[in-house]
Amino acid sequence: MTRTLLLLLAAALGLPACAPPQARSTGVYLLVDTSGSYNRQVTKAEQITLYALTRLQSADSIAVARIDTGSFTEKDIIAKATFDDRPSTANAQKRAFASRVEKFIDQSPPAPYTDITGGLLQAIEFLNEKRSAHKEILILSDMKEELAKGYVRDIPLDFKGFDVVALNVTKLRSDNFDPRQYLGRLDEWRARVEKGGGHWRVINDLDHLEGLL
Amino acid sequence: MSMSSLLTFTPWPAVSAAILLILLVTALYLARTTAHQAIEVAAGALSRGLRIAAHSVIHAQERLGARNRQVLLAAGRESKERVVEREFARVADTVRKDLAGYPDMHRRLSEAILRIEEDQEKAAEAPPEAPGWAQAVKVVANLDARNAGAEILSDIHKSMVKAHEEAMDDYRKASSERHALLRRMAPDWRLIQQALGHVHKSVESVIGRSQTIDRHMEEYEAIVRGEDRALSVLSSSSIVYFFISALVLAVATAGTAVNFTLIARPMAEMVGGTNFIGAFRTADIAALVIIMVEISMGLFLMESLRITRLFPVISALSDKIRVRMVIITFLILLMMASIEAGLAYMREVLLLDEMATNALLRGDNSATLVNSHLWITTAAQMGMGFVLPFALVFVAIPLETFVHSLRTVVGLIGIAVLQALALILRLLGNGARHLGALACRLYDLPLFGPLWVEMRMRERARNGAAGREETAAWKEA
Repeated sequence: MTRTLLLLLAAALGLPACAPPQARSTGVYLLVDTSGSYNRQVTKAEQITLYALTRLQSADSIAVARIDTGSFTEKDIIAKATFDDRPSTANAQKRAFASRVEKFIDQSPPAPYTDITGGLLQAIEFLNEKRSAHKEILILSDMKEELAKGYVRDIPLDFKGFDVVALNVTKLRSDNFDPRQYLGRLDEWRARVEKGGGHWRVINDLDHLEGLL
Repeated sequence: MSMSSLLTFTPWPAVSAAILLILLVTALYLARTTAHQAIEVAAGALSRGLRIAAHSVIHAQERLGARNRQVLLAAGRESKERVVEREFARVADTVRKDLAGYPDMHRRLSEAILRIEEDQEKAAEAPPEAPGWAQAVKVVANLDARNAGAEILSDIHKSMVKAHEEAMDDYRKASSERHALLRRMAPDWRLIQQALGHVHKSVESVIGRSQTIDRHMEEYEAIVRGEDRALSVLSSSSIVYFFISALVLAVATAGTAVNFTLIARPMAEMVGGTNFIGAFRTADIAALVIIMVEISMGLFLMESLRITRLFPVISALSDKIRVRMVIITFLILLMMASIEAGLAYMREVLLLDEMATNALLRGDNSATLVNSHLWITTAAQMGMGFVLPFALVFVAIPLETFVHSLRTVVGLIGIAVLQALALILRLLGNGARHLGALACRLYDLPLFGPLWVEMRMRERARNGAAGREETAAWKEA
């Protein structure tokens, strides 16, 4: 009888292989606009990253990438991590991740152009690869896309299963003259995300991130 | 066909309604006997069906009652056998303990009595020596010698005084020796008194036990005879045991929950915190399995010690194997308790690590300060982790009581439910019969006109027949 019980215990401990951890995990991809018009806001990326880290658990994934002239590249990913199954290791990973992001913010150079679409494509690719159950793309930007000559970004984006959240969308000087530009910009991005099957949100008050994640 | 169209077959709706009413009443009157029969048959069938069902339920209740009675008597018999067995074991222990000391006590008593006898003999009072000079004095006094006699008497007097003093000294000495002997007898008396007191106590204990055994045997015989009084006592005892054991099991469940909380978090370090089996975390299931294994080990330990008797196979094992089983289960429990203590410590470490990380991420430096008295909670957690598995061992006792009393309580509840069901079915059966009668009366209600006419016609016919009989009788007369 004792042997049977021990076998049952062993079987119970061996069963985790049957349940993939990705099935309930969350994937977060934070895009940080480093263009000249937004570079002063980059410090807020740290606040958002730390908030996201407190919310994420073991087996969740996170990546922080910058938006610059050409963002559809792995080189723009500043830090990425998939947290370990063991909570203690996950905590160590979180501390290391926070340190990397802090370092980036201290040394972030301004970019001449803003390739938001490229960054989104990279985010979609990263999160799809992680097979997270809940996928969230956070964009810390003024949402004003400026492409350098030769970059083609007029392509449809597949946002099925994605939540896209625009954070701290600051108003440009021109928006103050004509607010329709700001509203039109946001509407354009909303339409683009929703057309791709995603869910669009805007959070401008970074002191109230409770709804995030 | 609507009601308005029915009333239009004559130009006057009232006339149409009256004609329809007359036709309806006529139809109902013509179909009255058949309708009554149909209602009575239907009501009777329903009533009989319900009564049969009630009988069947009563029969089932009786069978359940008989079974419950058998279960109760068997449980009571077994319980009494265990009690009597235990009492006999206690009597045997008492007798063995006292009889083992009896030869020594007998020897000590004999020696004490022998010493007392010897001392008593020695302490016998020696009669004082008879005066040897009295006759000599008489003779000297009768001598006819003037002065010589007085001198002799004076010498004799001196010698007698001296002899008397010596005799008194001897007597005092002898008395002192006798008193010393008597004093020496006192411890022996006390020894005898103590020994006899001990014997008295043992005998009283055995008598008390024998009276208890007699009482239990009387109850046992009453149970064997299946007396109602015994059954009633067993039934009420069973209900009391059920509730008490349920209460203790509820407390044990709370203890299990505390135990689970202690080890669930660190288990995530061992089996991963993100794996699921169904809707439950694997770490939680693993923690629960560990606790269940501990409870199982506790059950086996109790069974091996013959404190509980849930598994007859274990009780029937030879003493040697049982002792081995006791040692093995205890060692496994000890190992589990040590693991739990380690996991409880790990829980505290992980908690601190998580708190520190969250504080760092929140930018809150004050939260990272470590309380200097934190070791108390750590030690308390470790202690609980070590003690709780052993405390859960004793769950076996209320569990056994719960399982045994559950059969009886479920039986009693079943009997009560069946009784209520039988009563309801009988009420419904009677109700169906009366409803049939009521339906017949309600059927007759709109037919009061034709029925009245019918009644009058019958009376007239009866009166006519009676008149004809009287006329015929008068004519004959």
